[in-house]
Amino acid sequence: MHSTAPVIDPGMTFASVTDKISSIVLKRKTSLAWFFGFAISFALFQLMLLAITNLVFVGIGLWGVNVPVAWGIDILNFVWWIGIGHAGTLISAILLLLRQRWRTSINRFAEAMTLFAVAQAGMYPIFHLGRPWLMYWLFPYPNTMGIWPQFRSPLMWDVFAVSTYATVSAMFWFVGLIPDFATLRDRARSKPFQLLYGMLAMGWRGSARHWHRYEMAYLLLAGLATPLVLSVHTIVSFDFAVGIIPGWHATIFPPYFVAGAIYAGFAMVLLLTIPLRRFYGLEGFITMRHMHNMAKVMLATGLIVGYGYIVEAFFGWYSGNRYERFMIWNRMHGPYSLYYWALILCNIITPQFLWWKKVRSNLLALWIISFIVSIGMWLERFVIVVTSLHRDYLPSSWGMYQPTVWDWSMFIGTIGFFFTLLFLFIRFLPMISIFEMRTILPSAEVEE
Amino acid sequence: MPNDDPENPRHGGGDEPEHPSPLSGPIASHAQHPHRRHAPPLYGVIAEFDTPGDLVHAARKVYEQGYRRINGYSPYPIEELSEAIGFTHTSLPLIVFIGGVLGGLAGFGMQYYMEVIDYPLNVGGKPYNSWPAFIPITFECIVLAAAFSAVLGMLILNKLPQPYHPVFNVPNFAMATRDRFFLAVEANDPKFDHAKVVLMLRDLNALEVSDVEV
Repeated sequence: MHSTAPVIDPGMTFASVTDKISSIVLKRKTSLAWFFGFAISFALFQLMLLAITNLVFVGIGLWGVNVPVAWGIDILNFVWWIGIGHAGTLISAILLLLRQRWRTSINRFAEAMTLFAVAQAGMYPIFHLGRPWLMYWLFPYPNTMGIWPQFRSPLMWDVFAVSTYATVSAMFWFVGLIPDFATLRDRARSKPFQLLYGMLAMGWRGSARHWHRYEMAYLLLAGLATPLVLSVHTIVSFDFAVGIIPGWHATIFPPYFVAGAIYAGFAMVLLLTIPLRRFYGLEGFITMRHMHNMAKVMLATGLIVGYGYIVEAFFGWYSGNRYERFMIWNRMHGPYSLYYWALILCNIITPQFLWWKKVRSNLLALWIISFIVSIGMWLERFVIVVTSLHRDYLPSSWGMYQPTVWDWSMFIGTIGFFFTLLFLFIRFLPMISIFEMRTILPSAEVEE
Repeated sequence: MPNDDPENPRHGGGDEPEHPSPLSGPIASHAQHPHRRHAPPLYGVIAEFDTPGDLVHAARKVYEQGYRRINGYSPYPIEELSEAIGFTHTSLPLIVFIGGVLGGLAGFGMQYYMEVIDYPLNVGGKPYNSWPAFIPITFECIVLAAAFSAVLGMLILNKLPQPYHPVFNVPNFAMATRDRFFLAVEANDPKFDHAKVVLMLRDLNALEVSDVEV
């Protein structure tokens, strides 16, 4: 197996592609494993609802956040989730613009992952507000108080960036699904599903004129989503970089955050697709070529992230600022040094194994590396958020931060919610874009 | 643009003998009702093909014959097909551009109005019009408005949602979302002559040629 492996099994035809992918949704009996996975996810989702209910009743003191660490793992999880989401947009939009045809079999799934991850991310800043029922104050609406939001604040930029990102990702995903809804409408046997998919397809009939405009709209959306995804994580990094906290106030932050987001996102795509393709027998669509390419993207972005760590340490030293220098020293040798070195191990050392083709071809190894990278990216945000805040300028205001059981409940709960949505998605929607798979078939070439 | 006007089908009230079909088989939807005085109004004639190559070839030939109100149907986008039926221009990019410009102006204008005119607040001596700080939200507004223009523009130009369309009456049309390719010649084409069109499509390697009722 090497990178010249085909992007689709050579034996596939228009009919087999259509039938195989649509049958997962329409014909295949829902397996026990699906129910089992869904039940666990759904139970964890209930934990999230419990954590949120308790938080709203009792108040933000339930979480471990307090001065000086007012941003704990809740803001960390916001950055972590939204970073995971970014790989989906990268795969669907940037790789489309770069004409990387191998993206076709994973883009639908990656876009779904984006949407569900952004849904988790969006909850954190809202519940971190303390009075989440007043979250609409963030939006500029004419009000009886006679005031407007403060647009010089990165937190307002965040509101616009994340809500735009969620909206555009949802539209991109839905537009991509329209022709496949039509396929499902025409294949569905039962009346309710014909009706459901028929309404979602909106009368799509594959007209050449429609396709022409559709392709143009899709291309334009990809062109818009590409700078959008970069802007979103840039703005997320501005939440930190615009502040004057040691370790945050650095120009490296936007590119370093964007690379980290893509890194974490590809790790998550691999983490999910490796078991999924096996379980649903999709090896003909998601081939070893995909695995190799994703592993390479992970390695490349991992190296950029590694460069980011080195530059951070260099800035700390080169700034000549004693607070910056102390921050780096404290990261490496302070009370949270274990997190720092674990992060170096997870994010810099581990991906180096991906240089070997043998490792890239071993799905188990790839899955384990992706898992370690996901943890590493979580640790990275922990180090950035907590070590900078817990010891900043005045030693008299130093403190320690400890997440509580409710912090963890919320985090584990969002993982449950994410997988709940994902399980519903693979059951009710085609997880591979059927019409785009048809375009990469050899028989799709027009020979007159 | 498909003409869905049932009031004015060019081939509507004709009697059977006007075009005695030389062909047997599924084309003869009229022949199935020999006693009906008025045939149902016709949307056009549709031909089914096995491969994208056959469809594009047929579309090109039909276009060369001077037919303009023709349309292809395929399970995936075929660039050559829209070229073959002479549909190469869409105003969507212009719509998206205008949407983006308006979104950007509205985004910046909103911030300017709120921070400079309606609620000026001195923050650390920064100017009221701190335009660099307004750029991120302006950018997001550009993208949001342009994306909405792209999606809504595409749907509106395509006249979607459209639950009913005559081509859905074609017996095998469900295969247009699987592995079959269709070419329709619409009855409101100035050159439309039922018998001629049927013969022409038959000669173009069509698997089947059938009438489409409105």
